[in-house]
Amino acid sequence: MAMTVHLDVVSAETEIFSGLVETVQVTGSEGELGIYPGHAPLITGLQPGMVRVVKQHGEEELIYVAGGILEVQPHTVTVLADTALRAEDLDEAAAEEAKRHAEETISQGGADFDYAEAAIELAEAIAQLRLIQKLRK
Amino acid sequence: MASGKEIKGKIGSIKNTQKITSAMEMVAASKMKKAQDRMASGRPYAQNMLKVIGNMASGSLEYRHPYLEERPVKNVGYIVVSTDRGLCGGLNTNEFKLVTRQIKKEQEQGVNVHFAALGSKACAFFGRFGGNVMAAESGMGDKPSAQDVIGLVSVMLQAYEEAKIDKIYLVFNKFVNTMTQEPVINQLLPLPKSETEERKHSWDYIYEGDPKLILERVMARYIESQVYQGVVENVASEQAARMVAMKAATDNAGNLIDDLQLVYNKARQAAITQEISEIVGGAAAV
Repeated sequence: MAMTVHLDVVSAETEIFSGLVETVQVTGSEGELGIYPGHAPLITGLQPGMVRVVKQHGEEELIYVAGGILEVQPHTVTVLADTALRAEDLDEAAAEEAKRHAEETISQGGADFDYAEAAIELAEAIAQLRLIQKLRK
Repeated sequence: MASGKEIKGKIGSIKNTQKITSAMEMVAASKMKKAQDRMASGRPYAQNMLKVIGNMASGSLEYRHPYLEERPVKNVGYIVVSTDRGLCGGLNTNEFKLVTRQIKKEQEQGVNVHFAALGSKACAFFGRFGGNVMAAESGMGDKPSAQDVIGLVSVMLQAYEEAKIDKIYLVFNKFVNTMTQEPVINQLLPLPKSETEERKHSWDYIYEGDPKLILERVMARYIESQVYQGVVENVASEQAARMVAMKAATDNAGNLIDDLQLVYNKARQAAITQEISEIVGGAAAV
């Protein structure tokens, strides 16, 4: 049997995933990370993106997170997400709309325009759309 | 013995009170359900946060965050979460008793005590109690948001960073179940070390990104989530305590009414008996 590590994915609102996994793949602030059991302690910020989980018997699950923190200990992995959603619960239409809206605000600009905030919004929407497309395949 | 009419009036007024208390009981029951859901959904985040922070405190990190340093304790800060309204049994009283007991011990050792009061009952109590109230916030209602807490928390954190306070405690009523709420005092800062794992060798994280920035981000989130969870839990406790207190009040009012009804019947019978005996006496005299 493959080795496993305990994973917790929680957001401020609810617990999304808790259980044994074979591997976790997340989008860290510096790039993609793949975590296997027995990983050295690691801590990093997360970018909007997906968490790909391979559960104990090879079953896969995709979770969307909108930023947060990842902590790795040899026997446990914890994802403290700002917002987390199961991929099936993502709403494509809403994500499209959010992307369009963010692009619009960025292109228009304006007196009280906050570029950083709009860029984050856009990144979140794009990450959601990418995840939805991946799920379709 | 009081006249029949007086007793009737008394029964009426108790019945009115009983209606109010039973209405309050039902309102509290429905609010408690919602508060409980909110509390349950926030719990995993707070618990996992605590786990991560515990790991951090036990490791020997590259960047020593001031929140991890233990300093000699001369000044202690208490963030006390209470309810805004009364009529919830001994909830606040028990909590304040626990705090004052601990404060007394600390004051004997020459430690100064500071407070931050969340909720109008705590504001009022610690205003009277003496000591230094550094921040007060009330009127958060039944659906507290994280925004309500942040202002007060940042006052305490600033004092901690300026070394005006060497230790911060969070006090709130822990929701055990509907019948029991337990006041608890949790140490917020410096961070309590993880007790689960005993690791002899020193270790450090691999950092992706600037360690200082990451740690600061984690710390800020940790404090906010702990205080917010305390507030949410206190709201659930408040509604549960109120429900129980109001149920007891409704039952007591019922008992009072039964007793008074008995007294009323006796008074009525006595009046009738007296009247009859007067008539009989009058008839015999003729």
